[in-house]
Amino acid sequence: MRTATILLSLAVLLFAMSVIACGIGPFRIPPLDVLKAVLHRVTEGSDASAIDTVLFSIRLPRIAAAAFVGAALAAAGAAYQSLFRNPLVSPDILGVSTGAGLGAVIGILLGFPVILIQALGFGGGLVTVAVVAALARGLRGSGDVLVLVLAGIVVGALAGAAISLVKVLADPYDQLPAITFWLLGSLAGVKASDVAATAPVVLFGLAPLILLRWRIGVLSLGDDEARALGVEVGRLRAIVIAAATLVTASVVAISGVIGWVGLMVPHMARLLVGPRFDRLLPAAILLGAAFMVSVDTLARSAACIEIPLGVLTAVIGGPAFVWLLARNRRKVLP
Amino acid sequence: MILIAARGLAIGYGRTRIAGDLDLSVIAGSVTCLLGPNGVGKTTLFKTLLGLLPPLSGAVEMDGDDLSRLDRQTIARHIAYVPQAHIAEFPYSVIDLVVMGRTAHLGAFGGPRRMDYEAAMAALDQLGIAALAERDSTRISGGQRQLVLIARALAQRTRIIMMDEPTASLDFGNRIRVLDTIRALSRSGLAVVLSTHEPEHAFVVADQVAILGQDRFATGPVEAVMTSQQLSHLYGIELKVERTPSGRFVVGPA
Repeated sequence: MRTATILLSLAVLLFAMSVIACGIGPFRIPPLDVLKAVLHRVTEGSDASAIDTVLFSIRLPRIAAAAFVGAALAAAGAAYQSLFRNPLVSPDILGVSTGAGLGAVIGILLGFPVILIQALGFGGGLVTVAVVAALARGLRGSGDVLVLVLAGIVVGALAGAAISLVKVLADPYDQLPAITFWLLGSLAGVKASDVAATAPVVLFGLAPLILLRWRIGVLSLGDDEARALGVEVGRLRAIVIAAATLVTASVVAISGVIGWVGLMVPHMARLLVGPRFDRLLPAAILLGAAFMVSVDTLARSAACIEIPLGVLTAVIGGPAFVWLLARNRRKVLP
Repeated sequence: MILIAARGLAIGYGRTRIAGDLDLSVIAGSVTCLLGPNGVGKTTLFKTLLGLLPPLSGAVEMDGDDLSRLDRQTIARHIAYVPQAHIAEFPYSVIDLVVMGRTAHLGAFGGPRRMDYEAAMAALDQLGIAALAERDSTRISGGQRQLVLIARALAQRTRIIMMDEPTASLDFGNRIRVLDTIRALSRSGLAVVLSTHEPEHAFVVADQVAILGQDRFATGPVEAVMTSQQLSHLYGIELKVERTPSGRFVVGPA
């Protein structure tokens, strides 16, 4: 009952943040006009007014992208924290972000068009996690969690080294700034078509996490206990890793690498609804979306240049995380 | 009625064989106590009986079915596992931890419903710890945590409960409380299998004892198996089983 109220409040928060974000920018639109314009578009179609153009061509795609990015990273982080039984785990523990980064910077180095760079980023993330999983299997037969994490660190370090090599090779005036900006995360170039391509993949990846949320929570008790309670651990773990990798790789492909969100938002959600995963997941999704919409609005409006998202999430996330640790150690750390 | 049986069982990890030719039958309403020194494979045997490890040869049968052919959900509806009390990584409330025992009775995509919470509350009630329901399970005493894990096994509504050293790391009063609970559970028709490092606990609760040593495995009624000679051999130290005037059995150095 209490959880339902909190989830409803978070949904309202996400809606309110989105409406406010729609109005913020060089061309200001009061919240009420935003709602009117959306209503007008839905009932009577495009009227080609200035408000309509700014809203539907520029701001809404970007806000929708931010919401999907935040929701996906927070959901993947919460799922991994339950899976690895460690509250300090983030969605890129198995190297998905670094792998996606490597794919994308290679695309930039070769001068590929944006759509191909995104595809390479997406593919790089998936391939990296597949290599990590295969390596862990080869080393220890079954999916041992510790071996999986160590394999993730090793493969992530290799991909990181490869990214550094690409940076050295890149043209310092043209390609290097693009690579750096991509590695710090940005939604500046997001178009409606990007959102349309990414949203179905993110929803497809979130669906198994949402459907299996109770069992994913039981998984946090450890392999033997979860199996004794009736959970097919090997199969469930494979599903969670595949789903979390899919959503992370697909949002990293359009936004670049954004740290901290997947680590910190689940903790904030845990403070609100407690540690139970079936309650935590929807809270983390809503909170992650609202958080990312706010941060991205800040990124494009706080200064006269675009602030990289990764910089903002680190500046906000780092201190917030320390505050969480100091204030509520019991609820954050075991 | 035999609920679970090991036939010609060989246990171990991968290619490492730890013990072989184990035969054991557990009947409804009985307490089976598993004794053995450190490192002989008690935990391995436990995991094999729970179906968490595949047997190297032989089979564990549950109602005549080979355990290795059954899915986890089916096994979990028949055998519950009480691990050694440890602090969970996430601070679940007691009722949330206990209701996880209902997982095997839920649909693949579902969470617990009202009847599952009622089963969990009934289990807490049965052990006299209903007042703990809303407490943080990481902030209760070790004895309470052990009882909570037993409650979770009860909420699972199985016919067999396997407990891994349920009295380890408990204080004296809580040990007696847990042993009393085990006795009461078996009287209600459950089969309980527990491992312990305290031979005297076997005299208190067990109907059947299984001893697992370096080179031997023996099962039988308590007083037939738990002789001075057997225990001395088992632990590699001269031991003597004595009966006190009040009828209690004590085990000590000879």
